[in-house]
Amino acid sequence: MVTLGYYLIVSGILFTIGFAGVMLRRNIIIILMALELMLNAANLSLVAFSRFHVDPTGAPNYNAQVFVFFIITVAAAEVAVGLAIVVALFRLRQTTHVEDITSLKF
Amino acid sequence: MTFTTNSSLPWLILLLPLASAAIITLFTRRSKTLSAAISVGAVLGSFLCSCAVFTKIDISAPEFTWIDIRGTLQVPIGFILDDLSRLMLLVVSGVGSLIHIYSLGYMRDDAGKSRYFAALSLFMFAMLGIVLSNNFVMLFIFWELVGFTSYVLIGHWFERDAAAEAGKKAFITTRIGDFGFMIGILMIWIASGSIVFDDIVAHLSKITSNPTYLTIAALLIFCGAVGKSAQFPLHVWLPDAMEGPTPVSALIHAATMVAAGVYLLVRVGFLIQASQTALLVIAWIGTITALLGALMATQQSDIKRILAYSTISQLGYMVMAVGLTSNEAAMFHLFTHAFFKALLFLAAGSIIVSLHHEQDIWKMGGLSRNLKITFATFFVGALALIGCPPFSGFFSKDAILALAYQQNMSIFVAGLTTALLTAFYVSRAMTVVFLGKPRSDLARAGAESPPVMTGPLIILAALALIGGWPVFAQNFLIVPHEKETVLTVPILALTALIAGSGIAIWLYRNRDHEPLHADLIRHRFYIDEFYQWLIRISQEFLARVAAFIDRWIIDLGAVRGASGGTFGLGSLLRLFQVGNLQAYAFLFGLGIVALIYFTIFR
Repeated sequence: MVTLGYYLIVSGILFTIGFAGVMLRRNIIIILMALELMLNAANLSLVAFSRFHVDPTGAPNYNAQVFVFFIITVAAAEVAVGLAIVVALFRLRQTTHVEDITSLKF
Repeated sequence: MTFTTNSSLPWLILLLPLASAAIITLFTRRSKTLSAAISVGAVLGSFLCSCAVFTKIDISAPEFTWIDIRGTLQVPIGFILDDLSRLMLLVVSGVGSLIHIYSLGYMRDDAGKSRYFAALSLFMFAMLGIVLSNNFVMLFIFWELVGFTSYVLIGHWFERDAAAEAGKKAFITTRIGDFGFMIGILMIWIASGSIVFDDIVAHLSKITSNPTYLTIAALLIFCGAVGKSAQFPLHVWLPDAMEGPTPVSALIHAATMVAAGVYLLVRVGFLIQASQTALLVIAWIGTITALLGALMATQQSDIKRILAYSTISQLGYMVMAVGLTSNEAAMFHLFTHAFFKALLFLAAGSIIVSLHHEQDIWKMGGLSRNLKITFATFFVGALALIGCPPFSGFFSKDAILALAYQQNMSIFVAGLTTALLTAFYVSRAMTVVFLGKPRSDLARAGAESPPVMTGPLIILAALALIGGWPVFAQNFLIVPHEKETVLTVPILALTALIAGSGIAIWLYRNRDHEPLHADLIRHRFYIDEFYQWLIRISQEFLARVAAFIDRWIIDLGAVRGASGGTFGLGSLLRLFQVGNLQAYAFLFGLGIVALIYFTIFR
């Protein structure tokens, strides 16, 4: 029997991998991908919550699924904007390496 | 509030000069002749109304409330019309009228004639307001207005630095006294709950129950009189005020405004007489002023300044009389002094005009030949001033001296010395100005002034002659009676008079230069220099304190402290900005973890 705990563990592992990616990788594109991983970890846990939170008639709670839709939409928009910035940045600096981009530092 | 012909008279007296000042300022500034005519017409109207008010005993004016804070403060606009104020009305508007007419001659070619007459009318308004006020607040407002017009008129020839400075000096010096006056009014109000004279009289016991409080309040009110009446130690402004046109000196700085202080003291006599200490202080201030003024007059060479110091000295006599609890004697001297001192000033003005604004007595001489009317009238004024019988000054000064003789011997001796000095400096001025040979071309060529100037001189001379005769004066005021006829006093006074005049004539006959040199007196006991020094020292000290506060507290503390503080805080916060994206993300994540930890596990 697969319980909620398994889903949450997978989701946690995914989130940790994503977070580690964001923290440790230096390539902006990889960082963006790791970010997506974190978002999807959140989606997974939300869907799992939806599935296991049933009302007396046996129907799942759809609120969480609606949330997931929103997150997917926002993630799509974020990727579009993020990649556009990365492209612009690459044109300007010929690099996608975060350590080379420090001009906002005092 | 119903107006009848009778009850509107006091209002007419007060408002005619104001209307004149307003019309001149607003409409007729261009036309000098018209302005002068309006001003003279207004003051003559006031004079006629004053005469009417004087003859009607049971006159009363409608009164209305101006400020009404229920249960706390009521300020009415109302008039007091007792014997005292009716007499003052007559003196002020009467002498004022003569001086207005005289001004037509004296200021005939002046560029600022309209401005002059507007200010003169405003002065008449304010002065009559002081006389008519039935409460402290109204009186104080008019009191300040008088000070302002005095400032304007002293500085009439403001393009001369000396005149502008003198105006400022007069205003500021009298303001020092007025500050005390204001506190005094507040103290009286706090104690009695009213500022109307009659109510204060009714509630006098509330104030007299605390003698120290009463003494302080009375002396503070006296401060106002010290400033306005040029009493020692605030007398320094009056001689400088002679920078103004001579009619102004005669009207404001001899006959009326400076007498306002004495009038005030008489008006609040009920307060002052309740405190022996206050009376003693006032009597001595008056005595010191009389003596110092007379002493300083003996070494002046400017004819107007001689008269100015003489005014200070005579005002000292009046204040002395108030201090010796005789309001009658003070008012009697005020009454006669108004005539003869205005006369002396106007006569001096006549000399000054005919000599093309030369005021140094050592450049005059032998003027009795050319200026016959001026000489005769000045002579009458001088005799009245030194108290020669039967001229008016004799009676009023004798009354004060007799009073001092009965009450305080040391004050009497000082008063007698003053009388001697008065005789000395007046005779000196007479001898040097009118006798001997002319000492300059101007004096040789001087010609008599026009009738518009000599007319008032003759009228004032007549008043200066008969003003003190009990037969004449008792129609106007209560002539003080000596309890028993002391013959010693008039005899001593006459001896002082003859001695003083004799010495002066013997010393100054046929002299071309000042034979006496008393630097201390010539420099007016260095009182002005002392004040200059005092102001410099105190100003220096204040400036240093202000500079210290500005430099160390404002600049260093507030301004640089604020900028340095934010700068330091900024540098501290800047340490977090490492420029590493992942570091920010890490800190962000750490923050979230901390938040979760605190919300869930705490």
